[in-house]
This record gives sequence, C-alpha cells and structure tokens, in this order.
Amino acid sequence: MGLMDRFKAQRDLHAAVKTCGADPFGVKMDKILSSTEALVEGRRTILCGSNNYLGFTFDADCIQAAKDALDACGTGTTGSRIANGSYHDHRALEADLADFYGKKHCMVFTTGYQANLGAISTLAGPDDFLIIDADSHASIYDACKLGSATVIRFKHNDPADLDRRLGRLADQPGNKIVVVEGIYSMLGDHAPLKEFVAVSKKHGAYILVDEAHSMGVMGKTGQGVVEHDGVLDEVDFITGTFSKSMGAVGGFLVSNMEDFDVLRVSCRPYMFTASLPPATVASVRTSLAKLRANPGLMDKLWQNVDTLYHGAQNTGFTVGKQKGPVVAIHLTDPALAARAWRALLLNGVYVNLALPPATPSGTALLRCSVSAAHDTAQLEHVVEVLTQVGRELGILGAPARAVAAE
Amino acid sequence: MAASAAQVSGISLNDVVAEIATALVPFKKSDIEITATTDIARDLNMDSLAVMDLLMELEDKFDVSIPLNMVPEISTVGQLAQTVIDSKKGA
Repeated sequence: MGLMDRFKAQRDLHAAVKTCGADPFGVKMDKILSSTEALVEGRRTILCGSNNYLGFTFDADCIQAAKDALDACGTGTTGSRIANGSYHDHRALEADLADFYGKKHCMVFTTGYQANLGAISTLAGPDDFLIIDADSHASIYDACKLGSATVIRFKHNDPADLDRRLGRLADQPGNKIVVVEGIYSMLGDHAPLKEFVAVSKKHGAYILVDEAHSMGVMGKTGQGVVEHDGVLDEVDFITGTFSKSMGAVGGFLVSNMEDFDVLRVSCRPYMFTASLPPATVASVRTSLAKLRANPGLMDKLWQNVDTLYHGAQNTGFTVGKQKGPVVAIHLTDPALAARAWRALLLNGVYVNLALPPATPSGTALLRCSVSAAHDTAQLEHVVEVLTQVGRELGILGAPARAVAAE
Repeated sequence: MAASAAQVSGISLNDVVAEIATALVPFKKSDIEITATTDIARDLNMDSLAVMDLLMELEDKFDVSIPLNMVPEISTVGQLAQTVIDSKKGA
C-alpha cells in the first residue's frame, strides 16, 4: 500500500464536496478589504464566517500597536520562551489576562489549539481522568491523545450525564478534570456552566473551561460563560484564544492553582514551539485593553446577532437552539449544504461549510459567524441572499427569482 | 480468557455481542449479519465519531466506564464485547 493510499476516504469525501463547483476548504481570499469584506473570485464578498467577533483585525489602534512593536522588537522571536527568553510584552500580556480574569497566573501559548493541547495533556497525568464533552473541539480530543490520562466522554451539554459518568469513577483514586467549552464553535450553543461546576464540585473534580468563542462575547465584561453564569471563582482553569474576538492569533491558560509556573517547564506544547511574535502580542494587548475600556463593544455584536439569527429563523431556516454569534443553519444533506454554500459564495456571501464528522450527529451546517464590525445592511443582505439560495435549492418552501448557481 | 471474564462479571460474551448487534442496527448495511468477527470500521463503515457514540451507549447499557483510550484496540464486535466485560469486571 502506498503512503497516501490510506487517505482514500478523505480524498473521496473531499472530491464529492468539490462537485458543488469549488473547494469549500480551500477558498482563496484574493484581497482582504476590511474586517468584514474580501475579494473572492473577483467579487466583493461579505465575510460571515470569520469568528472576528469584535472586528479587531482592522482596528486602527491594534494595527498601530503591532507596527510599533514590529519596529521596536522585530518580526519574530525565532524560538521558544524557554530557549530564547520572554520578551517584555509576553509577560505583560500574561499579567493583563490574569488581571482580566482575576486569577493569579497566566501562560500564553502560540495558538489557541496549543493552549488546549498543552494545558489538558499536561494537567492530567497517567493515573488521572479527563471527562470531556462529546462535542469537544479537535484541540481537546488531540490533547487527550497526546496526554496519558484515561479519557471518558459525556453527552453534549448534559450535566446529568456528566454526573452519572463521574459517579461511575467514584472509586477510582486518580484526579478528575472535567473539560467543557463556553460557546461551542459548530452549533453555537453554550454550556450550562453553573450546573457543570456544581456536578464537578460534588464529585471533587477540577473543571477547565475553554472560552475560545465566548471571550469578548459573553458576560458583562467579556470574560465569557464563566462570567455569564457567575462561576468565575469556582472554575479551576480557563483556556482561550486570541484568534477570535481578539483578532490575532495565540492562546492562553489562566488559573489560581498553586505552583502553576512548573507548567512552564513541563508543558511541551508551550516549551517546544516558537513564542508569539511581538507584533501579535502588542495587538492582542491593545484589543484586550479596548474591550476592557469599552465592554459596550459587545452590544453591537449582539444587535447584529439578532439581525442574522432572527432573520434566518424567520425566513424558515433551522438555526441552533441558543442565540449567539455563531449562527448555524442546519441541513440534513451534505451535498445540498455544499451546493448552498457555493451559491452563497457566487452571490457574494462567505460562510463556513461544516460537515460530519466535524459536526455532531451527522448534521451539515452553513456556519455563519457575526461580527460587531458588520453593519446592519450587510447582515440584512446576507439574510436576503440566504433566503434566495434557500428557495432556489428547495431548502425553503416558497419559490422566488433564480440566483446564480453552478 | 473470555469465558473466565464472563464468569466473573456474570454476563457472557455472546450476551454482550447480541446487545452490541442491536445497538448497531442503524449502522448495518443491508443484509450483513453482525457476529463477534464483524469489523466495525471495515464491515459497517462507521466513522470514529459513530464508534465513540456507540461506546457511550454501551457504557450506559452495562453501567461501566469504557475509556476512549481503548478505541484503537477495538476493531471487531467481539473485541468490543470483551472490552465491556473487562470494564464490568474492573468496576
């Protein structure tokens, strides 16, 4: 068997998806025009799948901070924190985040993926248990594979199910760490964190919450679901990313755990990868400062969420049960979803196409994400195009005028 | 091996295989008969997510913990049944 032969299933699936007329997983952005628009195939296209929740990618202050850091500190650190040292701003960003969450400690990682990979794989040892939500992000599953703990999966967003599964482990001596996410990236629903925290405490388990899609989105000051549910002080670990609301790239872990800094010499995805470049760190410090100075930024995001979520829902699409900046339109047929995705792009609207097994329960999703930087007219236009495409492809009932479709 | 494990836990391998066969009905391709030697990925074309969902269902059915760490070692229905029995014994 040839080296690449075992990818036949992936190759076949990818080929099937591409029959919609383009490659949904290889879209070429010819030119980025703003935080909400790009040129794709020569067309001005509204970006409605970019996770740019607060629109910070083109914020003038963030760009200026990055430029200043670039001039002062150069393009990169050319190595890891343990080998090439921490630049002033690495430590300063860690202090900013610890302060933002009111926790004693913070470690910054080079991506959000690595934050989960590092934190989860390192915290749980060979005699310990990781109890993870069934719909966990790939970074959490990969962390389980990298680590040495015993891994148990519980039903998505179901505290009673977690309770039952922790109950079965009651006689096992190892530490237990429950891993959940704030907002789930595919369906856009959020964890019943208050209940999860209560169940975890009942069984003496630690709890780690990944706020990747909820930081800068939920809670009065943007801390995420920990704040929304009032459980910040009871949560043992929070991870997150700078590649969503913070508009850049990177990840973090905050905690009050004693002896936290030993992780800096134990956590391989932190130790053996190049650290964040100065310009990125500077822009994230600025994004975070701007969010803290003006949490009202999130009001505009939620107004926009209303426009898209209710717009899609009122037209007749099946959207996720919980309203949030990830608006997932549910379709049952992956091929139909791919055709709809293509028709949207041909009509100047970019969303994400999400297919099984990256999605739960075999659903195909047109995954839209909303930004505070969208204006209402853009989102109304997105709803209009969605409606036309939905009718043209028979996803929605009533007939309408034809739209371009390949 | 299987027999002694079954005696300890009070359930037989055949019983567990039968339960798994029932749980696998939605994944069956037309007329395949599910036996201990049925290969879960190859014969039933189940993806990794479906296998994990099946494990969860079996955990509840038999009131055991079946760690995800076991997945790479399970290819046939018989191996899965043995894993359930071993978990029951260890519980």
